[in-house]
Amino acid sequence: MLRLEHLRKQFSSGTTALADVSLRVHPAEIVALVGASGCGKSTLLRLVAGLEAPSAGRVFVNDEPITGPHPAVGVIFQEPRLMPWLTVRQNVQFGLVGLPHAEQQQRAEAVLARVGLAGFADALPLQLSGGMAQRVAIARALAARPALLLLDEPFSALDPFTKMDLHEYLLHVWAYDQPTLLLVTHDLEEALVLADRVVVLRGHPGRVHEIVPVDLPRPRRRTDPDFQAYKQHLLDALDVRADALPLAVAS
Amino acid sequence: MAEVTPVLAPPPAAQATHGPKPALLAAPRHWGWLTGAILPVVLLVLWEALARMGVLPANLLPAPTRVFATIWELAHTGELWQHIGITLWRVALGFGLGGALATVLGAATGYSRRLFQLLDPLLQAIRNIPSLAWVPLFILWMGIYETSKVVLIAVGVFFPVYLNLMTGVQNVDRKLVEVGRVYRLSGLQLVRRVFLPATLPAYFVGLRSGLGLGWMFVVAAEIMGANKGLGFLLVDGQMTGRPQTILASILLFAVLGQLSDAALVALSRRLLRWQDSYSVVRN
Repeated sequence: MLRLEHLRKQFSSGTTALADVSLRVHPAEIVALVGASGCGKSTLLRLVAGLEAPSAGRVFVNDEPITGPHPAVGVIFQEPRLMPWLTVRQNVQFGLVGLPHAEQQQRAEAVLARVGLAGFADALPLQLSGGMAQRVAIARALAARPALLLLDEPFSALDPFTKMDLHEYLLHVWAYDQPTLLLVTHDLEEALVLADRVVVLRGHPGRVHEIVPVDLPRPRRRTDPDFQAYKQHLLDALDVRADALPLAVAS
Repeated sequence: MAEVTPVLAPPPAAQATHGPKPALLAAPRHWGWLTGAILPVVLLVLWEALARMGVLPANLLPAPTRVFATIWELAHTGELWQHIGITLWRVALGFGLGGALATVLGAATGYSRRLFQLLDPLLQAIRNIPSLAWVPLFILWMGIYETSKVVLIAVGVFFPVYLNLMTGVQNVDRKLVEVGRVYRLSGLQLVRRVFLPATLPAYFVGLRSGLGLGWMFVVAAEIMGANKGLGFLLVDGQMTGRPQTILASILLFAVLGQLSDAALVALSRRLLRWQDSYSVVRN
C-alpha cells in the first residue's frame, strides 16, 4: 500500500534528517514511527504527504510515485489547524471541493457524528476545547476518505485524559473504512495502544533501527504485563539512557 | 486501554455561547457608552455657560448653540448639502482609487516574493515623502480642480492600506496554507479560501487608517483651493471672520469621519465574527 524506497532527506542547510529508510506498509495496517526528537520521523511523514521532496529515494502509494500532495493521502497535524473563520461543518468540508453540495453535507454530518460533534456543526473553532478541535481535524481528514492517513504527533499537545479519549475515537472511526494509518509519536504507550507494528527510528540522521510487531489483542490495556513488556522492549530499542536524549514517555 | 466514555452531549459552557447573553454581561457595555458621553457633555455645557457669561470672546469662540444655529442655517438654505455632498464625493473617489490600487499592489507584493523585491523598495521610498509635499506638483500637473484633489486623497489612502495588506498577507499562518496544499487547492482556491479570509483583519485596519487619512487629505485639498466643500467652509469662515462657520465645519468633519469609520467597523465586526481576540471576548 505504502512503500518507501531508500529515502534520504538532506535540508538545504546541510543537515541530513533521514538516511536510507525503506519500509512497506500493508492496507489497513496501523504503523507507528517512534524515535527521539530529531531522528527525522516528522520529516519522513512530510515526505510521504508530498509536502517536501526527498533528496534521494522514492515514495509509492498504491504503486503511484508521490510527487506532491496525493488525493488518497490525508494528514492530521500536531495542531488542529482549523480555519478559524469557518464553522466546524465548513472546516470538515474544507477538503471536499468539487464534490456536489449534498454529498459534502452528508459526509460532514456522518463524520461529525462519528467523532461525537454533531451538536457542534455550526460552532466556530474559538468555541472548542483543544480536544474537540483535534476531533474536528480528525473528522476533516476522514471526510475526504483517504486510503492512507498520516498523523504527525496528533495528540502530543493534549492532556493525558483527552489523549486517551482521542485514542478511543481514532480506533472507533478507523473501524469504519479502515484506512492505512502511519502515526508519528514520541509516546510509546500511544504507539502500543494503536499500532500493529512499531517502527523504531534512531540516530542523526535517522535510520530504521528495529520493527516491532505488536502481538496484543485489542482493546489493549496499558496496565497489562505484556503491554509493559513491549514498552520495556521499545525503551531498550531506543536505548534512551545510552543516547541520553530527552524522551517523553507517558506516565 | 482506557475506559473513557465519549462525551456526546455538548458541555453546557459551550452551549451558553450560542444563547442570549445574560443581563449581567450586557450591562457593562451599556454603561460603557454612557461613560464615554460624560466628558463631552460636561465640556459642552461649560463652554455654553462661559460663552453666555461673556468669559469667552464671541468673535473667537462662539457658543455651541451658535455653531449649531450656523449648521441649521446652512442646512435650511440647502448650501450645507452641497458642501457635504462634494466633500463626500471627493473622499469616496480618492478612497476608492487609492484603496483599489493599494489592494492590488499590497496583495501582489505580499503573495509574491519576487514582486515584493521589485516593487516594495520604491513604494517605501515614496511613502517616506510627506504626502502634502505632492500638492504643488499635483496642481501643476492636473490643475486646481477635481483631479488633483482626488489624486492627493488617493495618495493618502494608498499607503496604510498597502502596508497593512502586504504585511497581512505575508503573515498568513504557514500551517493553514499547508492544510490547503494537502487538499491540493489551486493557487486561486488557496487565495480565496485561505489567504483572503486570513488577511481580512489586517486589511480592515489598513482601510480604517486609510479612510482616516482620506479625511485629513480632503481638508488639505479643499483648503488649497475650492469653492465648495467642508474644507472651503473652513477657509471661508477664516476669511470672513466667522469662527462659528469654522467650528461648524470641524464638527461636521468629526461627525462624517466618525460615521464612515463606524460603518467600516460594523462591516468588519460582521466579517470577523470568528476572531478569538481580547476585544471580542470583552464585548
